[in-house]
Amino acid sequence: MTLSVSIRADAPIPLDLAFDVAPGELMALVGPSGSGKTTILRSIAGLWTPTTARVSAGGGVWLDTQARVNLPPHRRKVGIVFQSYALFPHMTAAQNVMAAMPIADRDEAERLLALVNLHDLSDRKPAQLSGGQQQRVAVARALARRPDVLLLDEPFSAVDRATREKLHAGIIALRAHLNMPVVLVTHDMNEAQLLADRMLVIDRGRSLRGGTTAQVMADPEALRAMGIREVAALLPAVISGPEEDGLTRLDTATGPLFLPGVQGAPGTRLRVRIMAHEVILSRARPVGLSAQNIVPATITALVSGEGPGLMVHLAVGDTEILARITRRAAAEMALAPGDTVHAVLKAMSVARDHILAAPPQDSAAR
Amino acid sequence: MDWKALFLSLELAAWTVAILLPVSVLMGRFLAVRSFRGKGLVEALVMLPLVLPPTVFGFYMLLAFGRNAPLGALWQQMFGHQLVFSFEGLVLASVIFNLPFAIQPAQRGFEAIPVALREAASCCGMSPWRALWRVELPLAWPGLMTAMVLTFAHTLGEFGIVLMVGGSIPGETKTIAIAIYDRVQAFDDRGAGIMAATLVAISLATITLTYALSARVGRRLS
Repeated sequence: MTLSVSIRADAPIPLDLAFDVAPGELMALVGPSGSGKTTILRSIAGLWTPTTARVSAGGGVWLDTQARVNLPPHRRKVGIVFQSYALFPHMTAAQNVMAAMPIADRDEAERLLALVNLHDLSDRKPAQLSGGQQQRVAVARALARRPDVLLLDEPFSAVDRATREKLHAGIIALRAHLNMPVVLVTHDMNEAQLLADRMLVIDRGRSLRGGTTAQVMADPEALRAMGIREVAALLPAVISGPEEDGLTRLDTATGPLFLPGVQGAPGTRLRVRIMAHEVILSRARPVGLSAQNIVPATITALVSGEGPGLMVHLAVGDTEILARITRRAAAEMALAPGDTVHAVLKAMSVARDHILAAPPQDSAAR
Repeated sequence: MDWKALFLSLELAAWTVAILLPVSVLMGRFLAVRSFRGKGLVEALVMLPLVLPPTVFGFYMLLAFGRNAPLGALWQQMFGHQLVFSFEGLVLASVIFNLPFAIQPAQRGFEAIPVALREAASCCGMSPWRALWRVELPLAWPGLMTAMVLTFAHTLGEFGIVLMVGGSIPGETKTIAIAIYDRVQAFDDRGAGIMAATLVAISLATITLTYALSARVGRRLS
């Protein structure tokens, strides 16, 4: 059942937006802090009531200010992972999970904890668990109600980078079990792009741009709100195997890509986030260059913003990557749509947390 | 040794605690969670018995419990005897006089629970009552424990209010504190000494036991 939200409010944060999330779809609400993302999530859960709003999910109406319908949080079948996790400190991991069930079911709690790879820690109290383990208990607890909507409020912000990578992979692995609408609130564009199917960019309480990650990434106005340095494309890839020198060979639509530090069995499908400002363009195929990943590409569009920069949209096979270069460089190279160029990617410039297993609905790398 | 007075004191303390436990849970939670106009005034009213001399407080109680006041008259009509100088009147006065000792620590106990935990409880599908039972009471327990220990010990030791509202009727309103005073007035230092020592021992044992128990509960919770 689709989650349908429309909200209007003047205080504490002005809000005016509407969106739908389909079952099994993960939508990221992204935007700077103070833009109202968390307030939107709280309105869905019933922890806050906007002036005018309508929220429907699971085939029922949860909130309709005009019809004076406003279910309290405990009567909305919602699962939420709080930024602080908010685990009950006096209960073990299994008891925390069972606390969210109408009838406590130990076997079901163990199954959910196994789903988040915590089966052997079910009798630990939250204080005896690491931050990453606490987050996974919170995820299991959120699923224990068999919710009609799953809400994730900055669930990766309280852990270190290495743990965050693992938790990202955990969510991807869980996607096959998430058949309800999922809303992820984050200010991290990398997270949103790697995890979400769709994005909604929020700026001062308004939806600036919504759509697939690729659509949002190509939109100059959305980019201004997120920061131009966050612009990146997602390149589908399949692990081919490790090379002798420690690099891993990935097969993409336009030939191999060699990247360091990629873990996974051959055949694993990945999403590789290619930052636009890390891509160098060359008219001729460069030789004698330290960068090893040279991909032939066709220019599909040149989009200039307000500054001296220019966004070059490149077709690589049937996926698109983006290169951010200066307008001066584009003029000197006389770049125009339809031209063939070579995109140069430096292997070391792809950060480890910019590579993640592809969600199940991604078809095999095209 | 006036055993009757001792048991009367223990009975009074037990009734006071029994009545104030639910009151402190509801009031303490209400004051901890809600903000409303006049909250400061309500909190001040709760604290008032702490600063007023027992004589002032007892004087107003006497007026309110008297046959000419609505409360006293209603009591007389319902139960056929007057409220002043009765055990029931003593319990009522004790309950009101102990409000700050019961509500203040309970309120602090509920305030110590992070808002996110209450929100998590309702987002786990718990009704407010279930959340109170499963999440809030176990976490506010140390505060409630302190509230009940303070109330019990304070009631055992209360003198002025009891004298004003209850008088000194043996078996009805003559508590151990009053009995000790009587003995001293009668120059029975030995009798007063035994009772005083007994009261010290009982109070110390009660407080030690409850703190030991609450420490065990605390270990279980953390």
